[in-house]
Amino acid sequence: MTTAPIHPISETSVGFGSRVHSWVISVDHKKLGMMYIGAGLIFFMLGGIEATLMRLQLMKPLNDMLTPHGFNQMFTMHGTTMVFLVGMPVLLGFGNYLIPLMIGARDMAFPRLNAFGLWLFIFGGLLLYYSFIGGDGLYGMGGAPDVGWFAYSPLTSKAFSVGHATDYWILGIMVSGFGSMTTAINFMATILCMRCPGMTFMRMPLFVWLMFTVGILVLLALPVLTGAQVMLLFDRFLGAHFFDPQQQGSVIFWQHLFWFFGHPEVYILILPAFGMICEIIPVFSRKVIFGYPLMVAATLSIAFISLGVWVHHMFSVGLPPWLNSIFAASTFLIAVPTGMKMFNWIGTMWGGNIRFTVSMMFATGFLVMFLFGGLTGIMLAVVPFDWQLSDSYFVVGHFHYVLFGGTMLAVFSAVFYWFPKATGRLLSEPMGKWTFWMFMIGLTLTFFPMHLSGVLGMPRRVYTYQPGRGFELWNLISSSGVPFQIVGVLLLVTNIIKSLINGRVAGPDPWDAWTLEWATSSPPPSENFPKIPTCTSPRPLWDRKHPEDPDCFYE
Amino acid sequence: MCVVALAVCFPSITHATVAEICTPGSPASSASAPSGPTILPNIFDPHGPPARMIHDLSWLVLGICGGLFILVEGMIFYGVIFYRRKKNDKSKNEPRQVYGSNPVEIAWTIIPLLIVFVLALTTVRTIRSIELTEAPEGALQVVVIGHQWWWEYRYLDATLPGGEVVVANELHVPINRPVWLRLESADVIHSWWVPALAGKMDVIPNHTNYTWFNAETEGLYLGQCAEYCGNQHAGMLLRVVASKPADFDAWLQTQLASAVNDTSVAMGRDIFQEYACSNCHTVKGVSDGQFAPDLTHLMSRETIASGVAPLDPATLKAWIDNPQALKPGCNMPSLQLDTQELDAVTAYLLTLR
Repeated sequence: MTTAPIHPISETSVGFGSRVHSWVISVDHKKLGMMYIGAGLIFFMLGGIEATLMRLQLMKPLNDMLTPHGFNQMFTMHGTTMVFLVGMPVLLGFGNYLIPLMIGARDMAFPRLNAFGLWLFIFGGLLLYYSFIGGDGLYGMGGAPDVGWFAYSPLTSKAFSVGHATDYWILGIMVSGFGSMTTAINFMATILCMRCPGMTFMRMPLFVWLMFTVGILVLLALPVLTGAQVMLLFDRFLGAHFFDPQQQGSVIFWQHLFWFFGHPEVYILILPAFGMICEIIPVFSRKVIFGYPLMVAATLSIAFISLGVWVHHMFSVGLPPWLNSIFAASTFLIAVPTGMKMFNWIGTMWGGNIRFTVSMMFATGFLVMFLFGGLTGIMLAVVPFDWQLSDSYFVVGHFHYVLFGGTMLAVFSAVFYWFPKATGRLLSEPMGKWTFWMFMIGLTLTFFPMHLSGVLGMPRRVYTYQPGRGFELWNLISSSGVPFQIVGVLLLVTNIIKSLINGRVAGPDPWDAWTLEWATSSPPPSENFPKIPTCTSPRPLWDRKHPEDPDCFYE
Repeated sequence: MCVVALAVCFPSITHATVAEICTPGSPASSASAPSGPTILPNIFDPHGPPARMIHDLSWLVLGICGGLFILVEGMIFYGVIFYRRKKNDKSKNEPRQVYGSNPVEIAWTIIPLLIVFVLALTTVRTIRSIELTEAPEGALQVVVIGHQWWWEYRYLDATLPGGEVVVANELHVPINRPVWLRLESADVIHSWWVPALAGKMDVIPNHTNYTWFNAETEGLYLGQCAEYCGNQHAGMLLRVVASKPADFDAWLQTQLASAVNDTSVAMGRDIFQEYACSNCHTVKGVSDGQFAPDLTHLMSRETIASGVAPLDPATLKAWIDNPQALKPGCNMPSLQLDTQELDAVTAYLLTLR
């Protein structure tokens, strides 16, 4: 390549190449946050395509649209994608974007580490998806991993997983996991060190509290998975026997390690959603969050208890009764702080003056759906009941209510709420209402019948099922929800693109909100605030707007 | 929508639906079942103690969770309906700011705590009555070995004359007698789940598990492997035939007999021995392969390929010709037999009563 003239890179460069370049080299938390969310949405569509293929295959019994191997790859990639490449990056992206703005800081504590984390996630994701081409090595036609997202030993051993599909799974997750760990460190350092004057811990927005807790959980849980994956690589390449039953290794050991990570992971995926709801419901109800200190306490106790419930994924492994009993008790216990949160959100709505914007509709949808998923979770904690329900479609229904009905609805709510802040333009409300109803109908149609087919004895992860067992109708209804969800996703994407081009201009504070991100322009300037703000209460902007009745009177 | 309504109507819904949908020709509803009905894998239709104990507990759990569901959804919708901003409300007045209430917050901490305390106690009690550490008095003892993708059953009853009985995929048991299963795996993790009899128990390599059931009604109980175990996880079906003790004893006698040796199919037997069949399959006195189902009394079964297909001459022949067509990804290869060899082997296998 000959020497090209060097362009000065600045915000005003207009060429497409230099615009891309400015994003790639950016260490600005806002750009990184948006790239996290954007990449997450792309992976969301890939994971959605995989889910669609599965639902087409399961539309009727003994269908042969997909081969067993193909179907097994689909559910493995769907689960892995949705957890590691959609849930985590989208939520970490919101954290990245919002934490400095909410605590009145100019950027994250470690901006370059932040960019490093993003690119690790993107390359981890690409590595995982490269398995579709490189998975079986030179002698195969390629193939994605087919061991399930929790990759139970010994299916992952060299004997049962030839080729490199499983290695792509290990390395892809491991690389993006390192990214998540750096981000968690960054969140905690930022929240601990960079709060603006006056922002004590008990004046932080609840979203910030939740993300701080998520940081703790990521740092405690994710290294366990990485360690287990290193052990698995040793087994596969260096002849170690950690998980090799033929050499007195233990396959249950993998399950303990995986779920020690895996259960906190579920809370890593739901706590940020709780945080979003804690911000959105008060603003649209025009009422301060009910019981702020209790919300903080509930958050910390959820995080603490979530580190001690992992065996509830293993009730059918044949562990001794006393162990099963202890973990049943701890699992029941976690329902209590989760219930407190639910009641406090409802307490916030009661007595309010609720504006049902699309964002608030999604937040209400979150309450309705998450409650259902939470209650089926209590059923699954009843060990004997779990002996029937675990690994059945009931479980699939349960965690989709929690992760789609919970986390994703909260994310959609957050997209509608913070999009004007990030872009300066509002999303279309009528189109958003259609999106909301499409998702509510699609979600209910797809995931509610799964509880029924599970109760009727249909195990999860089957590429097909026998006729005559009562599964047909419920699977057909499940599949019929897919078009609604596809329309919902397409409407959302169209809405985002359309609004970016000619959406209504938002102004700095379109929702008349109370936290510091609304005190700066939309989109916020580089370094966020012309002058570092000060904070007088959990709702600094309320205090400015209502000097006659500020929150700080009630502290 | 609501859990309680679901719970109350559920058993009746499922029975009706099953009856409507059940396709006549399917193996599940095969008319050749020895006696008694085909019992579907519905967890709300228990036919023995562990499944019934779980069923009884599940009503309590469904009741509590259903009640909470109605209560809390009601609270949400009350808020949505009664605190919605009026259409023509343009005022800038904010509602009264309520920062919290200690008595209320303590109440919705303590009450859930009491509810889950009750649930935890009943859970522990049921765990203790189901999870046994040794075989119940007088139980029939069977070793279950999970293979990719079929089930092996070895009867360990000390009273059996003439040694061990080894069968594949179809477990025969007497009614009203506890059956104690020792679960082992030859390869990866599987899970033994016949919902009408008992909850599932994982079948794990290098880790022996035990479970038990006691079938109270005659019939064919359906279930299937419940832990993802590779390609044909979906094709690893479970069948338990529960019959009167006398019928069970008669069945046991047929299984104890040595293999039929019919000279008219000697050519088929020779092919079976000379080709790879004998490396994996046992026919007592003919071969001793360990990797695939014991075929000594093949024709006493109703299905092949772990319940995936009915056992009739045409299907058996198609299966031997190309197993991958019937059960893609399974471990049985096609041996590329010519028509004559195929007919001979099929004819031989059809004599193994």
